[in-house]
Amino acid sequence: MEKMPAWADAVLVPLISLLLAAILSALVILGIGEDPVAAVKMMVSGSLGSTYGWGYTLYYATNFMFTGLAVSVAFHARMFNIGGEGQAMLGGLGVAVICLYMPWPHWSLALIFATLSSAVFGAAWAFLPAYLQAKRGSHIVITTIMFNFIAAALLNYLLVNVMRPAGAMDPATAKFPEATHLPTLHDMLAPFGIAFSKAAPANVSLLVAMLACVAVYFLIWRTRLGYEIRAFGHSESGAKYAGISPVKITVIAMLISGGLAGMMAINNVMGESERLIMNSTEGAGFIGIAVALMGRSHPLGVFLAAILFGFLYQGGAELALWTSIPRELIVVIQALVILFTGALDNMVRIPLEKLFLMFRKGDA
Amino acid sequence: MDFLSMIQVLDSTMRLATPLLLACLAGLFSERAGIFDIGLEGKMLAAAFFSAAIAAMTGSVWLGLLAGIAASLVLAGIHGLASITFRGNQLISGVAINFLAAGMTVLIAQSWFSQGGRTPSLMGGGRFNPIELPFAEALSGVPYLGPIYSELISGHTILVYVALAAVPATWWLLYRTRFGLRLRAVGENPAAVDTAGVSVVGLRFAAVAICGVLCGVAGAYLATGLQAGFVKDMTAGRGFIALAALIFAKWRPWYALSACLLFGFLQAIALRYQNIDLWAFTVPVQVMDALPYILTVVILAGFVGKAIPPRAGGEPYVKER
Repeated sequence: MEKMPAWADAVLVPLISLLLAAILSALVILGIGEDPVAAVKMMVSGSLGSTYGWGYTLYYATNFMFTGLAVSVAFHARMFNIGGEGQAMLGGLGVAVICLYMPWPHWSLALIFATLSSAVFGAAWAFLPAYLQAKRGSHIVITTIMFNFIAAALLNYLLVNVMRPAGAMDPATAKFPEATHLPTLHDMLAPFGIAFSKAAPANVSLLVAMLACVAVYFLIWRTRLGYEIRAFGHSESGAKYAGISPVKITVIAMLISGGLAGMMAINNVMGESERLIMNSTEGAGFIGIAVALMGRSHPLGVFLAAILFGFLYQGGAELALWTSIPRELIVVIQALVILFTGALDNMVRIPLEKLFLMFRKGDA
Repeated sequence: MDFLSMIQVLDSTMRLATPLLLACLAGLFSERAGIFDIGLEGKMLAAAFFSAAIAAMTGSVWLGLLAGIAASLVLAGIHGLASITFRGNQLISGVAINFLAAGMTVLIAQSWFSQGGRTPSLMGGGRFNPIELPFAEALSGVPYLGPIYSELISGHTILVYVALAAVPATWWLLYRTRFGLRLRAVGENPAAVDTAGVSVVGLRFAAVAICGVLCGVAGAYLATGLQAGFVKDMTAGRGFIALAALIFAKWRPWYALSACLLFGFLQAIALRYQNIDLWAFTVPVQVMDALPYILTVVILAGFVGKAIPPRAGGEPYVKER
């Protein structure tokens, strides 16, 4: 017998976990001598109170949608892809190569090819860990961690020694040509008469991210491959018995995951900085873990969780700007969300299950 | 490279290998008991901050060390609670602990010291100072052996010697005591240990606690021995290099020593020389940075001997009813 209805497991457990994380974060803010209520007010007004705030919130959310989907797809195949950070860095390289070394007549063409290229680069970076997991049993968590560091070293090398324009001091590529400039939400909403902040970086890749959410939904729940991925995730031996190749599923799921993480680069590299800089990912690959856990690996959940984290990120930046609370508060909240939704979920689930059982006994 | 600069590189190898070695042995205890720990980095970072903070406030490095160990133990306790008591995902718990430490250290540092997430520089009794071994000064004139003794062997902080002593101690504890046998067994086949009437939960918590203590010492060494004070994210991936060394060492103490010395040597080289000219071509410094990770992937791929982790690693133990 199911101890708890499915909706409770999908909605109540993450919400209670979030609540616990929020309470602890409030205690942390109190502990460093600030007022949590004022902090929340400032975060809300700073991230949702103006179109400028929304523009940043949605910009961050776009990053987190991609990385959250990346982690989710791997989770469905019961793999933990911590390598989103490295894959997103390589995705940035893919975008830079497309934008810098090819002439583009229009941004839309550039966007299509940059998206493809970033996905290919990200997927390529995930391939070796996936192959080693599938063929040689090397633990994917460890190899993807190692690949994050290798990616950082590789990008450091390329930006300092190869791609830096002559005479430039900071390790970054040249500015991308004007033709690859992506329309921001300001540009897109202006024809409809909606005034949107010009300074905020949210851009057309938000739509690509939302499309990716829909695509992942169809992939996981409406295609044969998605069925195989989920079957493999539920039971490797069962999947094998049904004729599903573990090697094939492991590699394909990780390629999709790496590709999605890489695609993040169209937002932060092509949409925002318009050149490849060092540490352009800013930890978004890791936030994808929190987003995927919070969103229960479902695209709709990921979409909502990404916006939540976008709000936290932009709100945290505002806090750091106006109060003495450093930006790292967001890292703490992120850690608490990961802890409660990913590792301590049984702590929430077991009492909840007991509660539901009690009610059920009352009915009978 | 002449003799003296070689001694200097090896000397800095010793110092850089120490935090790696302590963290690596910490991971060894935890993983040998079947608890994966990718939170070594976070525990070290928390210990580094609290040791530096308490040492700066009290002026006593020993109180700092204790505070660092305590901070690391708290995080170890969270990891134990999540992965042993509530049978949660050990890897996710480790990730959470890393972020928790990265965020909390800066938050508290800013609140206590308002110096942009760092502690004041430690001076005098607030640091671990080098220990001159007997006759180091007198013997330094002896060709070859003199510099080796006075530069390389003598003149480290006490924690360096503690780390070195921890290797045989770990070996003895794991392979020559009843506790060690049970600890290794609980990582391979917890059901058998349970059947023998020994508490799996107790053993695993003990292993996680030892891991916490060692990470605490490693972090304290970073902030009070290697450097004078805490700066944001000062562990800089050392916890992951230690994890890499652990796999490189195939979860054995003596191999852990050689793996950590190797990775420490790579760091020392990267620190001293930016680019290395090897006959015809130049090795960029980034290659040295990435080498520990590349080597680990190669080892994990099983091309150079197979690294087989403890069999029950990462799996929560559910007692039969």
